[in-house]
Amino acid sequence: MADEIIIPGYKRWLESIGDQVGFFFSFFRNLFTGGFEWSEFVRQCYEIGYRSLLLVGITSFIMGVVLILQLRPTMVAFGAASMLPRTLSVSLVREIGPVIVGIICAGKMASSIGAELGSMKVTEQLDAMEVSGANPMQYLVVPRILATTFMVPLLTLLGDAIGLFGGFLSVNIRDSISFKLYFTKVISILDFSDFLPALVKTIFFGFAIGFVGCYKGFHSNKGTESVGIAANSAVVTASLWIFVIDAIAVQITSILFY
Amino acid sequence: MTTTAIDKPEKKATATASGEAVIAIKGLSKAFGSNHVLKNINLELRKGENVVVLGRSGTGKSVTIQCIVGLLKPDEGSVKVFGEEVSDMDEKELKDLRIRIGFLFQSGALYDSMTVRENMEFPLTRVLKIKDQAEIDKRVQSVLESVGLADAIEKMPSDLSGGMRKRAGLARTLIVDPEIMLYDEPTTGLDPITSREISELIISIQKKNKTSSIIITHDMECARIASDRVLIMDDGEYVAEGTFDALHQSKDKTVASYFNQS
Repeated sequence: MADEIIIPGYKRWLESIGDQVGFFFSFFRNLFTGGFEWSEFVRQCYEIGYRSLLLVGITSFIMGVVLILQLRPTMVAFGAASMLPRTLSVSLVREIGPVIVGIICAGKMASSIGAELGSMKVTEQLDAMEVSGANPMQYLVVPRILATTFMVPLLTLLGDAIGLFGGFLSVNIRDSISFKLYFTKVISILDFSDFLPALVKTIFFGFAIGFVGCYKGFHSNKGTESVGIAANSAVVTASLWIFVIDAIAVQITSILFY
Repeated sequence: MTTTAIDKPEKKATATASGEAVIAIKGLSKAFGSNHVLKNINLELRKGENVVVLGRSGTGKSVTIQCIVGLLKPDEGSVKVFGEEVSDMDEKELKDLRIRIGFLFQSGALYDSMTVRENMEFPLTRVLKIKDQAEIDKRVQSVLESVGLADAIEKMPSDLSGGMRKRAGLARTLIVDPEIMLYDEPTTGLDPITSREISELIISIQKKNKTSSIIITHDMECARIASDRVLIMDDGEYVAEGTFDALHQSKDKTVASYFNQS
């Protein structure tokens, strides 16, 4: 009997990095060559984006309410209760909104993409597509990654707006402020350097979520438990990437704008 | 291992050569880590011929046909399809080759997010790039009628029985008029009546479309109905070859063990 070949852990890790780099370039090659699957892209925007609306909306609303409730005692103690809308606005738009929505999307989208493609791999649908002469990268991967890249920034914008609205209701639990005055304060504090970097980083969040979900699904093993592993691994890796991208984005933003 | 009724594959392939070889495999070896799945395999498939490959699970039957369509790369040896070496093909050549080969997976491998109609349309619109909807509808209707699934056109794969899923999978491969059909355990998991229907369908497809086929199976009834020639595979090698009847009468222990189970 032949001796068992044991591949060292570092070699497997390097192979995985190589696979991911290959997958990354394969995505761009397929993006710019061959036909673009518009119908699949629109379907994925609906499945991935529209169907996440409720979750993002509820979470953002609660986030706005809770942030005001948490901030208020300290702000009142410092005699700065009137600064509550501005404080919420800056913290929500610059940092908390994009990261929380990114994490929620990582949980919902990366897991669903990882599980769907992993299940297609297990049931030989990916192989069937490939042997039929169709290109699974072009049909399955490109539309999904583009859909998450497009939808995560939109969901973040919407989440920010709902979060700020939640903040307005929360402020009015203890104090009284008109809708117009509240949003004048919210908008007046924000400028280009708050808004643009936050939007740009959510584009990278979306790309990372789609890429990780697709990669994990495509490279899952052939067994039913692999579907769960692919989904779980996609969520963990995508969430980690959200924080890594955020840390890098904050550094770049502080160098460029502050 | 061999008996008078059974020749070594290489000898038999030469001896039975009557038409043009559409698939020629020579010295094919494939290993996954320390597991040597295929060891020096030789196989020829002639035009219009149905070859059945019998063997226990894990003996490398499916790996052989996956090497033919380029899903797996051989470690050693040559796999030529229509005279062209598969491992030397670039992406476009491989795509063109795959259009000429139909591959029926064990599960049918229907795209489960699409209806039966959309499954049929997929290779037409994405691979053959047919734009004319009337032409697409005509082909879909015709192929579904040929496998007896015209009524299931709007159903989702999850609403189909195992046999219907296999027939739908078969229809999807047939819709592009392949010249070679590769069947990976087409009757596994089906009841005897449905298995027989699928086996007879394979024969009728071969007669109608003049396809050449390799059929991987454990099902002796399928082998009896569908085979022109049977190869028996054991531990990554072909151990016997002949017609179904010749092998059935074999006194060889390994060969007899397959036929005595039925």
